[in-house]
Amino acid sequence: MHATSPLISWSCIAVVAILAIAGEVLIAAAMRQIGDLDVIRARSGLTGAIRTVLANPIFLVGALCMALNFFAMLFTLSLVDLSLAAPGIGSFNYVGNAIAARLFLKENVDRRRWLAMVFVAAGVFLLAR
Amino acid sequence: MIHPTHRLAPSQYAILLAVVLTASFGDALLSRGMAQVGPADVHHLGLLIHALANPNIVVGIFLLIGFFACYMTALSWADLTFVMPATAFGNVVIALLSRFLLHEHLSLSRWFGILLLTSAVGFVANTPARTDLSATPTTPDPGVAV
Repeated sequence: MHATSPLISWSCIAVVAILAIAGEVLIAAAMRQIGDLDVIRARSGLTGAIRTVLANPIFLVGALCMALNFFAMLFTLSLVDLSLAAPGIGSFNYVGNAIAARLFLKENVDRRRWLAMVFVAAGVFLLAR
Repeated sequence: MIHPTHRLAPSQYAILLAVVLTASFGDALLSRGMAQVGPADVHHLGLLIHALANPNIVVGIFLLIGFFACYMTALSWADLTFVMPATAFGNVVIALLSRFLLHEHLSLSRWFGILLLTSAVGFVANTPARTDLSATPTTPDPGVAV
């Protein structure tokens, strides 16, 4: 068991969650900008679809955030117990994504979707404990 | 209120199902493979190269590559807040696999977690896949089957 102070533990968890949220939202924004991948694949083949995705700068920044998230997660697990880190990051991630999707992607997150995100966060917390 | 922009075609539901299954089985195979390889730390990074010879890890990596491809495809025609509960449902699949295939014990709180995640998927399943506050709500999407 790690003897890390609660401030450092929760700061690490917050950084991991923020990087994950940034990565998810940027990748979602990139895919929205690129358009339906099924249509692109039908028109230009699998190679053309991969090339279109990799040529999008927003996707590349999102992928960079996800890579940083992976290393931040490894660092966090060296300081914080998995039993705290996994449910904490999972729960923050789902609620944070709903807020970021509403703010940055302009998704119409109605009451049903807010409720779904809160249920997902609570469900992940209970399953990961 | 959410304005419907389009409904999903059967092939798009298949993509969402693939997101759930590839993530769950990919994670489960990586976990099983790493349990066979043994614990890795910064002083024994060579062990991670050795891990690539484990069939469970190789299949797990391929499944997770498939997951990422399906996930990005789903995000190209659906909202992030629509796709995320579907991906979270993978946790339910893992929990049920561990209960019925690996015969692990599931506590009452975990069963409650499964109930919450299943309810969450039910909440978003009947909402439109793509909503956009900045888009004109009456414009139908011609590229997607209704």
